[in-house]
Amino acid sequence: MPSWLRFAPAVTIALLMLPVAAGLVAAILPAFGYFPALGGTHVSLAPLMNAASQPGILRSTVLAATTGLASTAIALLLTFTLLACLWDSKGMAAVRRLVAPLLSVPHAAAAVGLAFLIAPSGFFFRLVSPELSGWTRPPDLLIVNDLWGLSMIAGLVAKEMPFLLLMALAALPALHGTRRRMVMASLGYSRGAGFFVAIAPQLYRLIRLPVFAVLAYASSVADVAIVLGPTTPAPLAVRILEWSSDPDLSSRFMAAAGALIQVAVTLGALGIWVLGEKLVSRSWLYWTTSGRRSAGGPTLRLAGLALSLAPMITIALGLAILIVWSFAGAWRFPDTLPSSWSLRTWMQLGEGSVELARTTLWVALVPTLVAGLLVLGCLETEAATGRTGGNRALLILYLPLLVPQVSFLFGLQFLAIVLGADGRMISVMAAHMVFILPYMFLSIADPYRRFDGRVLTVASGLGLGFWRRLFQIRLPMMIGPILGMLAIGIAVSIGQYLPTLLIGAGRVPTLTTEAVALSAGGNRRALAVAATLQAVLPFVAFWIALAVPAFLARKRRGMQVR
Amino acid sequence: MISSSPLTGPLASPMARTVALTCTALLALVPAASADSLTDFDVLTESARGQQVFFHAWSGDPTINAYIDWAAEEIEARFGIDVEHVRVTDTADVVGIVLAETAAGRAAGGSVDLVWINGENFITLKDAGLLYAPDGEGWANRLPSWDLVDVEGNPSLTTDFTVPVEGLQAPWGTVQFSFYYDSDEIAETPASPQELVAWAEENPGRFTYPQPPNFLGSTFLKLLLAYTVDDRERLSSPLADEDTEEALAPLFAYLDSLHPHLWRSGRTFPTNQAALRQLYADGEISIGLANNPAEASGAIAREEFPGSTRSFVFNDGMIANSHFVAIPSNANAPEAALVVANFLMSPVAQLRKQDPAVWGDFTVLNVSALDQSIQDGFAALDLGPATLTPTQLGPAISEPHSSWLTAIERMWAARYQGG
Repeated sequence: MPSWLRFAPAVTIALLMLPVAAGLVAAILPAFGYFPALGGTHVSLAPLMNAASQPGILRSTVLAATTGLASTAIALLLTFTLLACLWDSKGMAAVRRLVAPLLSVPHAAAAVGLAFLIAPSGFFFRLVSPELSGWTRPPDLLIVNDLWGLSMIAGLVAKEMPFLLLMALAALPALHGTRRRMVMASLGYSRGAGFFVAIAPQLYRLIRLPVFAVLAYASSVADVAIVLGPTTPAPLAVRILEWSSDPDLSSRFMAAAGALIQVAVTLGALGIWVLGEKLVSRSWLYWTTSGRRSAGGPTLRLAGLALSLAPMITIALGLAILIVWSFAGAWRFPDTLPSSWSLRTWMQLGEGSVELARTTLWVALVPTLVAGLLVLGCLETEAATGRTGGNRALLILYLPLLVPQVSFLFGLQFLAIVLGADGRMISVMAAHMVFILPYMFLSIADPYRRFDGRVLTVASGLGLGFWRRLFQIRLPMMIGPILGMLAIGIAVSIGQYLPTLLIGAGRVPTLTTEAVALSAGGNRRALAVAATLQAVLPFVAFWIALAVPAFLARKRRGMQVR
Repeated sequence: MISSSPLTGPLASPMARTVALTCTALLALVPAASADSLTDFDVLTESARGQQVFFHAWSGDPTINAYIDWAAEEIEARFGIDVEHVRVTDTADVVGIVLAETAAGRAAGGSVDLVWINGENFITLKDAGLLYAPDGEGWANRLPSWDLVDVEGNPSLTTDFTVPVEGLQAPWGTVQFSFYYDSDEIAETPASPQELVAWAEENPGRFTYPQPPNFLGSTFLKLLLAYTVDDRERLSSPLADEDTEEALAPLFAYLDSLHPHLWRSGRTFPTNQAALRQLYADGEISIGLANNPAEASGAIAREEFPGSTRSFVFNDGMIANSHFVAIPSNANAPEAALVVANFLMSPVAQLRKQDPAVWGDFTVLNVSALDQSIQDGFAALDLGPATLTPTQLGPAISEPHSSWLTAIERMWAARYQGG
């Protein structure tokens, strides 16, 4: 290994630490009342006390934790159920084809689509009205924005499941599914039971970090919560956003304090999750050693399949209906379909989107490639030295995902302005890298570490040097996870709204800033057009990430994902 | 010192107005004190040629964005100034940008040249001293287009949320709060808050308002405040802490009686104006609120609302306010921003803006003082089926002092948002 490659981890850590440190300082100082530009020159606990005394704050905090935990647990359970039903069967291929388009759906659009499906004036109610239900007006039922956050949990599950599935699909080849299934089948285990005994425990270890990322995200999410979550009171992240955009600048101290509370809530949720892991692993052990060979009959298998596919079908249906909305003229309750059609919205927004798409692509592509090289450099160094950096490195990696974006970005923005770097495309790219690098690292770390090193040892024995081992053996064999990582980088970058807006000073417009700006107006038709445009690029990226490895592996059975 | 002070308050008498206009006229004759003086607007316009103006404006409505695109093209063609519309979801974010830049020591060359603003955000920037003031004074009242502004007829053009504008922002449009409703469902509309409660009782779940501190929801509460407070005059002065309980008691008694009959029994509220509009479009509610009197007509034209939608107001007046454009103190191209602001106030731009097919936002100009051709243009505008004429809109109620709203929002949250 060339010695300069050893600098990759240091460079990566610096890249993550510097902005995060600035961001954290910018969050912590005002949380304790210190921010001279706003007239805060004394350190005090007032902002924290102030935030803690807001009406309904306890409920907001609890909601953040419970919706995060519940949605993550359900999404994980359903992901495993789906894999158990379809593991090592032809059905997997169909699911793989579903994952990419679902991952490309922007969060806000997925939430709006779901809301329109289940609301009392929504699609399902329209289907049965007025013929079956007798309703000529929507009934006054509290479904969306329910006080317990159930519809919000449903929305989060639907959006998180494809991500977990993608992570699982990337990790599965390392577990040699076909061989294991044959062994389990010969021992008399059904497909489902075989999965839970022989695959699930190890698969969970491989995707544990992405699961943490999902939990951290779900407990601090704002955009989905705004559409689907309760409002009296709203989950914590939404309230922080409200405080930070309050025209009264003193509320920004409270927002910073709220951001600190949010970090604590997210850490608390992670703690509860780890405790839960212990409980589950114990009962799991009990179950796997009980000798039961079946995880339930065919009925249960069918039910499991239906249940685990439901979120993804819902999101696809929601998106399909959103696209119908983009062409809708008048579409009133209880009409099942629009009564007139119109191209107005597409005409209004379509022009100019080519330029936006080009900017979006550049802003996503460059940091993704740079971050990809850094991640691979880190992992190669790790493989050569055997040092993983331990928990401290892990924490650094997680910081950008744990600190709520709003407060963190204020620091980044400040830094950019001091350096005179705001409003430039390159700064926006750099900011995006901070957010995409952790996801990219998380997506590939475990498959990379699980790589069967014996192959490389053999290659080394045959006289292959470092670079040839890397380019002829390691990277080709890992093409699936690598392309998956790049696709995630691109998708996450395209999803970034606040960094693009704040660091770009509004001067680097992308499809996302356009889409979010339009969704602020809440016009379902405009949002549908913008979301469709926004979803195209990640969709292509994910499609390539799945199609290319499948094509390359068509004659190499051991590399096929089944 | 000839300052713009006579223009700051509501102009009580014609005498005051004459004095004010004289002052403005005198101001225009004062020789250039500095390079960026507004005395010779033509020179200023010429020097601004080739500059770029980053106009930060809320962009949630494609029709408004299209209007800004039109204005940008006109300005490019007329003055050679390149206007870039920076998409904004929340004007407070723009305040944040200016704030961060100033905190970082960038007193000039900032990224915001012009911002669409009103009310609380304006007050924030004004209090922080972050608004452009050439020669230490306001600029809007020194622009050529200012002479046509309806200063006398519309006090909200010179007083934004009871705070004197002092020429630190230029009026762009003016609005008056109104309700829209489906005339197929409702024969007789409520003419007062009491009648609204009675109607809601008979039609449970068919009315709601956006959750404060959303702008529209807060405006609705201010309207109710004006109707429930013992003396409306009180609202123009600050509300003392010790009086809060007593002063707001009638308002909250009213809300307590209204909430059980609201949409979802008042257990949740739509987040903003757009969400409310969507509820109406989906048929979930029968009465909605609009800040812009032309909103319902625009929605009918886009087929969002049923064609039977109409508007109504309470008999004793509705809240009126104006929106403005302002220039931050650290703007990179303040001269060019002045030219843009002047164009946005000009008769041709104002006429196009009021066309419901374009935007439908009411003009800030005194139409009777304009050229006959422009007057004819305004008269020829078809306001749309659901837009009330200024006469039908009835009396305008001014915004109360901001301390009232702060107190209301706090009490509202404590009472209805506690979970």
